[in-house]
Amino acid sequence: MSTPRVVLVDDHGLFRSGVRAELGRQVEVIGEADDVQPAIDLIGELLPDVVLLDVHLPGGGGQAVVQAVKASHPEVRFLALSASDAPEDVIAVIRAGARGYVTKTISTAELADAVRRVAAGDAVFSHRLAGFVLDAFAAAPQAASDVKPSFDPELDQLTGREREVLRLIAQGYTYKEIAKELFISTKTVESHVSSVLRKLQLSTRHQLTRWAAERRLA
Amino acid sequence: MSPIALTGWLGHDGTVEHPDRWHRDQPGHRGPFGRHGPFGLRERHAGHGGPLRRDPADRLGGGVAAGIAAWRGFSPTTVRIVFVLVTLVSAGWGVPLYVLAWLFVPAAGTDANIFSKARTDAGGIRLAVGLASLLIFVLLVAGALNGGWFISWAWPQVFSIAGLALIWRNGQEEDQVTLRHLLEPLGAATGDVRPNRRSALRLVIAGALMAGGLGWLFSAHTSLALLRPLGGVLLVIAAIVLALGPWWLRIARDLALERQAKARAEERVDIAARVHDSVLQTLALIQRRADDPQKVIQLARMQERELRSWLFEGRDPDEADEELTVAAGVRKIQQDVEARYGVPVEAVTVGDCDLDDNLTALLAAAGEATVNAAKWSGAGVISLFAEVEPGEVSIVVRDRGKGFDPEAVPADRKGLAESVRGRMTRRGGTATVTTAPGEGTKVTLKMPRSSLPAGKT
Repeated sequence: MSTPRVVLVDDHGLFRSGVRAELGRQVEVIGEADDVQPAIDLIGELLPDVVLLDVHLPGGGGQAVVQAVKASHPEVRFLALSASDAPEDVIAVIRAGARGYVTKTISTAELADAVRRVAAGDAVFSHRLAGFVLDAFAAAPQAASDVKPSFDPELDQLTGREREVLRLIAQGYTYKEIAKELFISTKTVESHVSSVLRKLQLSTRHQLTRWAAERRLA
Repeated sequence: MSPIALTGWLGHDGTVEHPDRWHRDQPGHRGPFGRHGPFGLRERHAGHGGPLRRDPADRLGGGVAAGIAAWRGFSPTTVRIVFVLVTLVSAGWGVPLYVLAWLFVPAAGTDANIFSKARTDAGGIRLAVGLASLLIFVLLVAGALNGGWFISWAWPQVFSIAGLALIWRNGQEEDQVTLRHLLEPLGAATGDVRPNRRSALRLVIAGALMAGGLGWLFSAHTSLALLRPLGGVLLVIAAIVLALGPWWLRIARDLALERQAKARAEERVDIAARVHDSVLQTLALIQRRADDPQKVIQLARMQERELRSWLFEGRDPDEADEELTVAAGVRKIQQDVEARYGVPVEAVTVGDCDLDDNLTALLAAAGEATVNAAKWSGAGVISLFAEVEPGEVSIVVRDRGKGFDPEAVPADRKGLAESVRGRMTRRGGTATVTTAPGEGTKVTLKMPRSSLPAGKT
């Protein structure tokens, strides 16, 4: 596989140059932007394979970039990157169309791997995002009223296997380790994660938003 | 002091003077008489011999008097007194004269006057003509009703107001500032004319009311009706309110904005204090401990967690963690282990519930397992995953460290056996340890939730 062409979108110049220096040999960083509008223009012009996108941007947040670019260039893939893990922000970017989310504390090798995987069309979940998603799709509590959050059972769309995979991701397992643990192929793990991502994005349930709000209040 | 001020003053007698003398001479310009006699006449008052320039550095209005004074070598005070006398004698014509001089005499250090710029300013000319015609209208109405000395004094000001409007639009910043100070209310009102037509209409109505009111007042002595002066007064008041109301409103609005800005500033100070207490202190510590990566990571993690809990969870970092829920307990384990062993702990919690005795035991076991991993595994990071389900609460502690052979654990290392497994089984839970040398360790703890919801008891 050729090296993915990447555009960095982050309002911290220091962070951009750090990522560029670290990723330099493993991916091809073809451009940088520091705000929503410049990012949209640059991405439309360069059409990179992957956009590394900060969740928090001064001019409207990462999801604004995803939405704008997805409308005209659906083939561009986004990997959200953030130092903050406020679940509502992360979920918003994912729902806007990002293919994954990793924290900024991720190691260089893992980040390069995540970029490659997103470029290949896979979904990339960090352990934290996996936790958020499990939380958001949590099984409806039967008797216990103190479990947060509480959803109707019919809205619980994750299969048992998907939940299993997410749990292992939340425990810090790599896809390969998950495959080994569950006696399935890595491809199957990837397809499970992709299907979770699809559910997360396509679900029209407003509960996800409510969940995020509740979580913030909790 | 600006360069303009320097050249303006140094031009005084054509020589470059020592700054000390500048200070000494300064009162001569400002005081009523100065040190050069009652009329400020110097021994040599030949002036600087150069072209006439306004002197904005020593201005009251446009710096015209100061400019003439410098040009001819008089004291500005003398020139000003003469100017006031001329104005009095000429029934107010001194004012437009002054404004014209302001308009046509370039400022010191420049060669272009304001008029050369104003000539091309169509909007400014419209404004000037509009204001002048408005004043003419008012004066015509007032004059027709009843003139008097006031009206004859006001006529020259038609030119003044037009000139001032041009200066307002085309003068340099300092001219505008001076004008704003001199004509604050009127300036604010004319400033409105550009953007919208409503304020122009407002001014016209105000002018008409003012004229009507004044006329009424002036004609009152010929009338027998006692109510007429009152009506006139009311009309004049209405006119003033109409003309100056927006200005007053703007002042009130500015005050409100100022208050808001102050509140924002206070908030910023609060945040700054917080950032200083935590982040900056930690950054300072990190700089000093740069040679100890372990410590640096530990500090960074600690600070990150603290800031995160303050920013996203609204919790004060100083606040004691009540440890009443599973999530809070997991957070506590994470903090303790990171602080004590300097190994990062990636904690993920799904769901949450209140603690009961069983869950407290579960947390204690999880804490022990995490400490074990930090102490023995040699792993760079430990994963701590807690999930609250309706039926049970499970916690998984996992590391990618060196692992161990469960059969070969020395008898004196009771940690896992006693603290973890014992605690769990006594409460009806289970503990599963999956490990092998070189493959890391995974401790899975499951505790059923008591049939009675722990609730808020």
